[in-house]
Parts: sequence; structure tokens; C-alpha cells
Amino acid sequence: MSDVALRMEHVYKMFRKGELFNSLRDLVPALSGRMFSRQDLNAGDRREFWALQDLSFEVKQGEAFGIIGHNGAGKSTALKILSRIMKPTKGKILVNGRLCALIEVTAGFHQDLTGRENIFLHGTILGMNKREIRSKLDQIIAFSGLEEFIDTPVKRYSSGMFARLGFSVAAHVNPDVMIVDEVLSVGDYVFQQKCVQRMKEVIRGGAAVIFVSHNLKNIAEFCQSCLLLERGRVVRVGSAQDVISTYMKRASSEHAVDDEMPVRVSKVTVRNRHGKSLHFQSGERAWVDVELRANSRCDKLSITIYLLNGEFENVFDTSTERLGHGNFTLEKGDVYHCTFELDLNLANGIFHPSVLVYRYDTQTLFDKWEPAATIHVNSETDVRGIANCFPKVVRQELQLPGELNGGRRIMVEAAAGVALEINRKD
Amino acid sequence: MTEGLRELYRYRDLFYTIACRDIKVRYKQSAMGFLWALLMPVLIVGAGITVRYGFAIASGKHLDRSDIAAVAVKSVPWAFLVSSIRFSCMSLTNNTALVTKIYFPKEIFPLAAVLACLFDFAVASAALVVVLLVLKIGWSVYLLYIPFLIMTMTLLVAGISMIVSAGSLFFRDVKYIVEAVLTFAIFFTPVFYDVRMFGDKGKWLMLNPAAPILDSFSDCVAHQQCPDLSWLAYSVVFALVTFVAGYSFFKRLEPAFAESI
Repeated sequence: MSDVALRMEHVYKMFRKGELFNSLRDLVPALSGRMFSRQDLNAGDRREFWALQDLSFEVKQGEAFGIIGHNGAGKSTALKILSRIMKPTKGKILVNGRLCALIEVTAGFHQDLTGRENIFLHGTILGMNKREIRSKLDQIIAFSGLEEFIDTPVKRYSSGMFARLGFSVAAHVNPDVMIVDEVLSVGDYVFQQKCVQRMKEVIRGGAAVIFVSHNLKNIAEFCQSCLLLERGRVVRVGSAQDVISTYMKRASSEHAVDDEMPVRVSKVTVRNRHGKSLHFQSGERAWVDVELRANSRCDKLSITIYLLNGEFENVFDTSTERLGHGNFTLEKGDVYHCTFELDLNLANGIFHPSVLVYRYDTQTLFDKWEPAATIHVNSETDVRGIANCFPKVVRQELQLPGELNGGRRIMVEAAAGVALEINRKD
Repeated sequence: MTEGLRELYRYRDLFYTIACRDIKVRYKQSAMGFLWALLMPVLIVGAGITVRYGFAIASGKHLDRSDIAAVAVKSVPWAFLVSSIRFSCMSLTNNTALVTKIYFPKEIFPLAAVLACLFDFAVASAALVVVLLVLKIGWSVYLLYIPFLIMTMTLLVAGISMIVSAGSLFFRDVKYIVEAVLTFAIFFTPVFYDVRMFGDKGKWLMLNPAAPILDSFSDCVAHQQCPDLSWLAYSVVFALVTFVAGYSFFKRLEPAFAESI
């Protein structure tokens, strides 16, 4: 049992909706109101909101554990309970060793202090002692890449620099249990890669990591096991791949049906040339079938199809109108089908095809289904970012200073690979 | 409680760092910087001497050097009492991000605020020593009481600071109540005057736990005599009880901080 780093047992958390009493002036009428009328008492009960219900899981040392779910599923509440900021209404938590939560990496900073002073401040807040920080100070500064500005008050920093410094401190805590909430989206791409690297080191060092993210790609990359939360309840616990595919399937089924709408998106299917699929190779052709149902006559309709990446940023969008297929009119009761053909020239990762239907001339939005599906794109070459340009190295050349005239080392070879050959002049 | 204090000890570096931050930040971007730590007590001492001079004229008595020294000696700890209670009252609500985002023993905030004010107190005391030398106030063996008095005073405000900081987290009213009480407290505390001036009725004023402490300060330093030990014992007990009560009150409410702030 000693290798258990963290365990949650049947944890419940209840909040009260609405404004809390923030001053005595509010409290007195509220309390007296409660005393005199039974109705108000019942209203109070109805405002109860269970953010977490019967949450149990266990994480072992050296294991990375992911928590995924939609906004409002209870992920952040779970983290706050884990990091002991909040107390569960019911249930038990066991944490073995030092816990460090990267929930808000810049929370401890004070605007008026310099970067260096803030490293000490934030470091001690995260549970390090001064000696430890002093020994890691150079590492932390180097990691942040802010050597030049380290003695400048942080209020003069850009928000990116601010966040980088915050993460750099947090990344050097060496905890037994580390909680990470979306902080990997900090800074520019290069810094993010550094962070990912550092996280892997922490895991390799035997710490348990709890990882909460919307970025399914990161979860899939890091975590062996994973938990899916939906409205405060556990839907599934298991291997990261299984849970992510459950999440992807469920994501598409969550679309409110509203018969009041003049027209709604009733069905979206993504398929490859063999049939329905959620897994694609980069560059593969995909078809998206969209079905609309009209509840009343609608003029000048157009459908927009767009792709969101794992961080829910729009990476591609187009519409029937823009593709030159004009706009169309539906009569009451009509069912309309439209198929888009897309070449998925995308990098490795998770994408969410989404659909909306709107009236073209007035830009009135009728229905939006986001995400309508979640697909996983796999690239054979290691390309990062969003798009896949299918890169190849076709020429490599090294020019030495002494051989400027004519003498070159051609290290190349071209065409389809990276076969290196050195043509020396001698 | 021992468990909690042990955890607090583990976080001692954080405690010092937060106190240092409070000290540094308070005087950042101000032209006078640390001189402000001197100016506040100087103003209080100045006001006190003026008031005392007024009393002397009204009662037709001669104002001697030790009386002036007594006012100065009592004003400096009084400034510490007031500023640390005022400062710690807002210590939790001014650090919302930390209260809601990261776990550590939250009593560090009010206690560090008290420590930061203790620093100001030290600066002011150093200046006070110079004033006392100029006034040619002698010394006595009773000066040995001073560290003990400072400890009692600190314990008392530490207890109060935990109560008011936790209280104002839930109800911002507490801040206004504290402000009002601190504004008028100077009339009910023997800082500018002496309890002996009120004869028998003076003992009612001594019920204010700050009164025996301030009185002992002036006895030890300005009058070179032994403080009234029975009243001092009352203050010590009061301070201990306040500290224990304040600490348990704070710890009891602490789990609800993050969702109530």
C-alpha cells in the first residue's frame, strides 16, 4: 500500500448556488426570513448544488493520472479538494508526501517585488524552504529565460513573462504529488515544450502527477490512466486511451434538442472512405455529413463547418455560402442533408468538427453544435502545431569558412529521405 | 493545536518571506521609504506630548521630563498595537488569490502582518532610545521586563489579528468595526494620560488588557520602578487566552475560507 501516492474515497462536495451573505446587513434579513417563512427554507434546499458525487480514485507513485470532462464537470473542484484548499462535504482523502498544486502558477506573485524576490516568495508559498530555493535559483532563472529582467519588478513584465516565471518556480518544487491544471498552455511554443519535458522528468523522478486538461493530446501523451467526469460523477476510470475515446464518443452525443428552434442541426457524422470513424491518418480524406431539420420555413440558410483543436481554438472554418453553394430555403418539416469533403492536412492531435446553421443575410444564428464530434489525427512524421505540411528534408549543405570558393561539403541526398552522405573535396 | 503549530513551524520560511514582503511592499515607490516607520510614532508622540502639556496647564501642575518620557514610551507600543490590528485585519482579503489557490496554513497571513509591524516597532524603538538618552532618562534593573512585555503584547495582538482577519473574510463589516474601535480606543487606553490621574476609578481603565502592558512599559522605562505585577498578570492571562481562542477560532473557520472569501 505504501506506493499509493494519493487516494480519494467517496468524496462529495456541495455548494450553495447564489450569493452568499457577505455582510451582516444581508445576513440578518436572510436569517429572519428563514425563521418566519417555510417557503424560503425550501428554496434554500433547492439551491444546493453537488459539484462532486462519490468520487473515488487512486494514483500510484510515478504514475500520471488524467482527469477530463467538460467545463463545469467538477474537475477544478476535485483539484481544490485534493490540494486541501477546500474541504469535502463528505468523504476521505489521503495524500502521501508533499503535494504541490500548479493551479494558478502566478498566484503568489507580488507586483511590486522583483523577479528574484518573487522566486523566493512563490517558492516558499509552494512549500520549499529558503535553502532549497537558493540552491535552485540559477536553474529556475535559466529555465524561465528571464536572466536579463530578473531584478526588475514583475509589474513591468509582459503577461507571458509573468507566467513563465511562475511556471519555472513551480516546476522546480520536486513534490511527491503534483497537480497540474491547464498550466501547460503557458507561454510560447518553445517554452511549452520545455514544460512538457520538465513534467516528464518529474514523473520519471517517481512523483505522482494529476493532470487536468482540455487538451486530450497532452493527456494521451502523459497519462497511463485517466478519469472522465460528467456533472460531478465519474463516468469512467481506466487506461487513458479508453477513457479518451469514451469522452470523444460522448462529446458528440451532447446536443440539446430544442423543438422551438426554426431549424436545428439534427445529426453530424464523420467518416472516412470505409465508413464512420473518429481516427484518421494525417492527410486522409474525411467526409462530414450534416443533417438539418426545419420546424418552420427558413430562408437563405447557410451551414458553417469548422474545426477546433484540443485547446478549443478555431483552426479551420468554411461554409456552404463561401464554398459557392449559395444559400438555401427549407420549408416546415424539411430534412436536409449536406456532405462536406475535407482533406485533413493536420498535425498530430485532437480536433473537434463543429457545425452551425445561420441565415446568411442577417447573420442570425439558428443552431450551433460544438463540438459535434471529436476526432483523433495521427501523423506518421513528427510534426507539431496545427497543420501538416508533409515536410521532407531534401538538401543539407555545410559550407566551411576555409573552403568558401568552390569547396563545399555536401551532406545531402535528396528525394525521399534523410540519407546523409558527405562529399569531401579531398 | 500542537499539530497545527508544528505545521506552522514547517512553513516558517514562508512566514518570514511573507513578513518581508509586507515590509518591503509597504514602503515601495514611496520617497521616504523606511522613514515612514519612524514618522507614524513621531506623530503620535508629538500629539501625546501636546495633549499632556494641555493637561498640565489645565491642572496647574508642572510637567516634568519623566512624564514626557512616559508618553513617548507608551506611544510606540500603542502605534504597534493599532497598526498591527489594522494591517492584519485585511491580510486575508488582500491575498484572495493565495487563499483560494494554494494550500498552506493561512494563519501565516495575520501573524506575518503582526511580525511586519513588529519590525516597524523595532525601528521606532531604536529612535525612542535616542530620545530617552536626550531626555537623560536613567536606567534600572526593571528594564529586564521589556522583552517579556513585548512578548505579552505580541501574543495579545496575534490573537486579536487572527480573530479579526478571519472575521473580516466572512463579513467585511468587521473591517469597519475594527476601524471604529481603533479610532476611539486611544481615549480608553492610558496612552496620553496616566491611570493614576483618575484615582480609584482608574482601575476600570486597567481592565483594558492593553492598559497594564503600556503602564508597565512606562513604569520600567520612564519611572524606573517595578510594574504593577497583579495587573500585568491579568494582561498576560488575557493575552494567552486571546491567543488560544483566536487560534482555535481561526483554525475552525479555515476550511471554509476558499469558498467564502
